[in-house]
Amino acid sequence: MNRSLRPLLATAAIFVLAYLLAIAQFPAMASTRVLGNFLTDNAFLGIAAVGMTFVILSGGIDLSVGAVIGFTTVLIAVLVMWVGLHPLAAFAIALAVAALFGAGMGAAIYYLRVPSFIVTLAGMFLARGAASVLSPDSIGIKHSFYTTVSKSYLLMPGGGRLSVVGIMMLLVFLAGIVIAHRTRFGSYVYALGGSETSAALMGVPVARTTVLIYTLSSTLAGLAGVVFSLYTSAGYSLNALGVELDAIAAVVIGGTLLTGGYGLVAGTFIGVMLQGLVQTYIVFDGTLSSWWTKIVIGALLFMFILLQRLLHSAAPRRRKILWTA
Amino acid sequence: MTRPTAQIRPAPQPPALRHRSVTTALLRPQFLALLALLGINWLLFPGFFSITWQDGRLFGSLIDVLNRGTPVAILAIGMTAVIATKGVDLSVGAVMAIAGAVAAVMVTSGQPAVLAVAAALAVGLLCGLWNGILVTTLSIQPIIATLVLMVAGRGLAQLITEGSIVTFTDPVLIFIGTGSVAGLPTPVVLLIGLTILTTLAVRRTALGLLIEAVGINRSAARFAGIKAGALLLVVYAFAGLCAALAGLIVAGDIRGADANNAGLWLELDAILAVVVGGTSLLGGRFSIPMSVVGAMIIQAMNTGILISGFSPEFNLVVKSAVIILILVLQSPFAASFVQRRRLKVAPGAQVSAQQGDRA
Repeated sequence: MNRSLRPLLATAAIFVLAYLLAIAQFPAMASTRVLGNFLTDNAFLGIAAVGMTFVILSGGIDLSVGAVIGFTTVLIAVLVMWVGLHPLAAFAIALAVAALFGAGMGAAIYYLRVPSFIVTLAGMFLARGAASVLSPDSIGIKHSFYTTVSKSYLLMPGGGRLSVVGIMMLLVFLAGIVIAHRTRFGSYVYALGGSETSAALMGVPVARTTVLIYTLSSTLAGLAGVVFSLYTSAGYSLNALGVELDAIAAVVIGGTLLTGGYGLVAGTFIGVMLQGLVQTYIVFDGTLSSWWTKIVIGALLFMFILLQRLLHSAAPRRRKILWTA
Repeated sequence: MTRPTAQIRPAPQPPALRHRSVTTALLRPQFLALLALLGINWLLFPGFFSITWQDGRLFGSLIDVLNRGTPVAILAIGMTAVIATKGVDLSVGAVMAIAGAVAAVMVTSGQPAVLAVAAALAVGLLCGLWNGILVTTLSIQPIIATLVLMVAGRGLAQLITEGSIVTFTDPVLIFIGTGSVAGLPTPVVLLIGLTILTTLAVRRTALGLLIEAVGINRSAARFAGIKAGALLLVVYAFAGLCAALAGLIVAGDIRGADANNAGLWLELDAILAVVVGGTSLLGGRFSIPMSVVGAMIIQAMNTGILISGFSPEFNLVVKSAVIILILVLQSPFAASFVQRRRLKVAPGAQVSAQQGDRA
């Protein structure tokens, strides 16, 4: 248990340190308003990253999340604006479509024995393509439900606003932590990531678990799409381009081992927050250009991979902990 | 020394393009698919196969397919080598952007074009070496190791161009992108040269065999005396070099370096081209000319969608349908189905399954 917490502690320490340094330079960053914006601005990324954590824990990768987010925003916009459905009904349909999509990818990965990388790549093309076939142009959403949601928030001490989407992200993270560490499915995921063969020999239903993992990831990507739609009040096929990379980066920075079987959902939360911190810092600084975000995130990614490498090689050999729960 | 490696190889068949007559090679599903696609294009647009000679160079839709498919084909050559070692290089699109940015910024600041081209290629090589070092020395999974540069690379390219699209009028760079040699567009000539050189390098020397050995089983290859680490480094550096060349072509084509969009998502097209060409993603079995054919299949498809009057949005949907079809055809499930439930599922069996399916 102690060893499994080490990467999480490292990430948390770096986050706190970076935050303190940022506060030392810009004292205004300490306010809860900034914190509230952190949560709101990164809500869709955080929700998608929870799904990605499960996929990576199982030893796979899901490149389709950004495309699924984009597709969901378009589908919701089409259903609300053209078909005239209530947003909540549109959300339900969009989530169901996303879940089916993920189940299809999971089934393809298991039954066709193709690397998840390729299947989800095809899924990415399909989702982006389907989104642009639905509507190549951006569709603005005007609905009283959207205005109500974007105007409602919880006031935090200090004037910070905890928006609906921010709360949704926190809830998804809580649910993710419970699923990963307190359910049978969660331990199946860890077992699968440790070694698929041993997992199968231990009696883990590999087929069902694989399908469920990708269903979960796509459903959460769909939910991230719902959040994105609420956040921007528009549907566009090129929304959330490259979010899969940000999500993977958040998971890795959060200390989850890319070979699978090892990591914590809570770490991903810190990974997302660290990315948000980099962006906010660049906004506060004002002189740094936006491309520094990419470079810094790339550097962070590299640093954490290196850190994982060191921690992993320092660990006792030939012993993989499969039951971190 | 090479005998043990030859025995380890799971495919009973010899690697591609060797001991094969030209006719059987031309009857591969990839060529049939390319012909079918070109035929469909011809039905949609009767003037598709007409090629005219004008102003000292060839013009026509076929030449256009070749020319437009070249950047992906060049990327695919490097990617084939990487995938043959059981790796993947996600950073090639970003490296294209970096190389284009370096060349454009250098010529606009008054440096000679030859130096700019050399610098761009050198930067590509360095990027490849960086990936290679991450994969070998730090033994990071290739997907993740190259992801670092994929994320950071575009930022670096923007850093070089300072966020703007750097345009240039340098004749040498423009020649690389849009000029012509002996009637053919320069990119196509570069592609043909690179394909022949690389194919000779991997098939007429032991290099190809070594790459296959490392791809099938890295530690076994190491025990057989192959310097796996050095070989991987070379392979990744080569992929970076190919990416830089593709980046120069794309920059020359639009007469400017666009750090944001140059080579965006082309890494995925390149991987797709390699897979369409029949190279196994599990490493080991590879063919460089077939990857180039794969890139041309993708381009013929793109062109077909454009001339058929469908909106280009269908492109992605069709592309994903093609991937799914290939995956199903290559899957052990299909192989066992076609092969009357052979017990051993080797990559070679998959190929013959595919061919048997079509024949």
